[in-house]
Amino acid sequence: MELALLLGFPVLGAALLGLTGAHRRAPEINAALSLATFLASCALTVQVIRHGNLLLGDEQFFIDPFNVFLVALTAFVGLTTALFSRPYMRVELEHGRLTPGRLRLYHSMYQLFMFTMLLALTTNNMGLMWVAMEGATLSTVLLVTLYRTPESLEAGWKYFILCGVGIAQALFGTILLYVAAEKALGAQGVTALLWTHLDAVKTQLEPTVLALAFVFLLIGYGTKVGLVPLHSWLPDAHAEGPTPISAVLSGLLLNVALYAVVRSKVLVEGSLHSRLPSVLLMGFGLVSVVLASLLLWRQRDIKRLFAYSSIEHMGIATFAFGMGGPIANFAALLHMTVHSLTKSSIFFTAGHASQKAGTQVMEHIRGLITLSPTVGWGLMLGSLAILGVPPFGVFTSEFLILTTAMREQPWATPILLAALAVAFAGIFSKVQPMVFGETNGRRLPHAPALLPVFAHLAIVLMLGLYIPPYLAHWYRAAAHLIGGG
Amino acid sequence: MTHLPLGQQLLDTCAALLLLLSFAMLSQRRVVTLVNLYAVQGAVLAAATLLLAWRTGEEHLYVSAALTLVLKVAFLPWLLHRLIRRLGVYWDTEPLLKVSGTMLVGLVIVVFAFSLAQPITRLASTDTRSAIGIAVSVVLLAFLMMITRRKAMSQVVGFLSMENGVFFGAMSASYGMPMVVELGVALDVLVAVLVLGVFFFQIRERFDSLDLHHLETLKERD
Repeated sequence: MELALLLGFPVLGAALLGLTGAHRRAPEINAALSLATFLASCALTVQVIRHGNLLLGDEQFFIDPFNVFLVALTAFVGLTTALFSRPYMRVELEHGRLTPGRLRLYHSMYQLFMFTMLLALTTNNMGLMWVAMEGATLSTVLLVTLYRTPESLEAGWKYFILCGVGIAQALFGTILLYVAAEKALGAQGVTALLWTHLDAVKTQLEPTVLALAFVFLLIGYGTKVGLVPLHSWLPDAHAEGPTPISAVLSGLLLNVALYAVVRSKVLVEGSLHSRLPSVLLMGFGLVSVVLASLLLWRQRDIKRLFAYSSIEHMGIATFAFGMGGPIANFAALLHMTVHSLTKSSIFFTAGHASQKAGTQVMEHIRGLITLSPTVGWGLMLGSLAILGVPPFGVFTSEFLILTTAMREQPWATPILLAALAVAFAGIFSKVQPMVFGETNGRRLPHAPALLPVFAHLAIVLMLGLYIPPYLAHWYRAAAHLIGGG
Repeated sequence: MTHLPLGQQLLDTCAALLLLLSFAMLSQRRVVTLVNLYAVQGAVLAAATLLLAWRTGEEHLYVSAALTLVLKVAFLPWLLHRLIRRLGVYWDTEPLLKVSGTMLVGLVIVVFAFSLAQPITRLASTDTRSAIGIAVSVVLLAFLMMITRRKAMSQVVGFLSMENGVFFGAMSASYGMPMVVELGVALDVLVAVLVLGVFFFQIRERFDSLDLHHLETLKERD
């Protein structure tokens, strides 16, 4: 029931917002539907906490602590982004960057995007997960090109082709998984792609084929996670699309793609008895962290800067999942949560800042603290949080990852530390003048509504100081499920 | 010498035809012909699916053959032809690599694909497993085509041909995927082409051309 509501609201929303046209109240409807979806996700979470894992809809859906926490996170950020986009997109409309028709497309696709992500998270069928991941790309391609500028078209094309090719590799990997599963499960065509069934027989799956399948799945879904060297669509799509879309791409889509990678890893590791999946994840993760932190320095566009920072943080989480074991998995899950909350709040403030300045070029954004203290402090606190300054939650997760690395993979620790330091200097040196620099602009008459930003940052702060016991229990259960190490 | 049953021989012929068509696409610069070749590839794929359905008696393969016929032989080529006419893109520019060079790279790719497919071939229990190597070749050749072409339309045909290869791989390795997945994939392909149609008009509206040269400014700014 909760699941039907969870998936039903976004579909209903997409149809409703697509059909009613450029309704004056469309942004409010969008927010209301996102709220409904969020409430449904809360109900589902309560269900899982009370009754444990759920298998629903003819075993096609499977909810365990690992995905239910991502479902709740996705629905929550979906809600706050809808709240943020309400005034933001209205201003874009007034500035003439959008037409009412495009705004209608935006709202409808926003809901569809939420649906595909929730479907990818909740489905038990590896094939359906693929379909949903591809759907997530398709629903956002036209949103990246929403402004129809030459740059946004280029970004959209790159996004479409790179993720399309990537996802085709993932389909091939899924097929290989299916071949191996049919062999192990006998002739059970329909159930052979169900994750729970695969998980039950994972020790009997043919290792060579599974290793090959994992490589294809990692390349496919890894393209969406933005792992270097498959990342080149990511900064473009983040920078050229409207800000709410940057926030959900960075905060949610990357998480869901990483979720797909981790689900595959659990299966492959069970069959393989070798370190191959771990080594691949650690390798890709480390390369992403290092390269992204270096590339940060060359950015001039504020949204591109934080897009590279997303690559860096996804790299950290991927590395941690690669190390495996209860603590690293726990830290990686926490890192996914705090990164998603912090990064979307940064995009909210960056969006406001560039909307006020009329440009995304950082050299022209100056003195936010005088123009609007809320935006200035929001950006400063968000940047400090994402850079891992205590007491924010990112510090906790990075600290856990680094200490585990020191014990498990000592060689990687100096590389990680150096990359984090480089990223710190890179981002801080660019954010500081934007917030405190000289400006001759006048203070804005109204403070922008940045409730979502401070709500996100408050949660991140709380997670840094105190993780409520039920939440910790939940993370631990999920970390245990992922295993490895 | 062992004699293979007729159905098996026909299936192998289909597989060989698919590979041949992939090479033909790789060398073709006329966009209209490219789309026609894609339609023929779809038709061969549908024929192979039908043959397989008849030989194995798997009912869902009939549905999947019908789906292929409707979507990949009729609808998508029709849509692409319409797009070509409305946008007036008939020729691709000289590819980044000369045709002869591309063909040589293609040959190497086929050898590589067969060696890659070996562990899968050993595992699969279907009697079409010898075709898995061909499926992997089709995927990789389509990939090569996407890399070497400049025009958006040729890249899209490459993308669709890649999907054909993956589909053929699923068929020869395990007699297709579960129905719900196959339907989902077909839906995604359909939506992808529709989105692309919209997208092409946006690109043309901006640049008056579908040459991807225009789409390289972000790289330089990086």
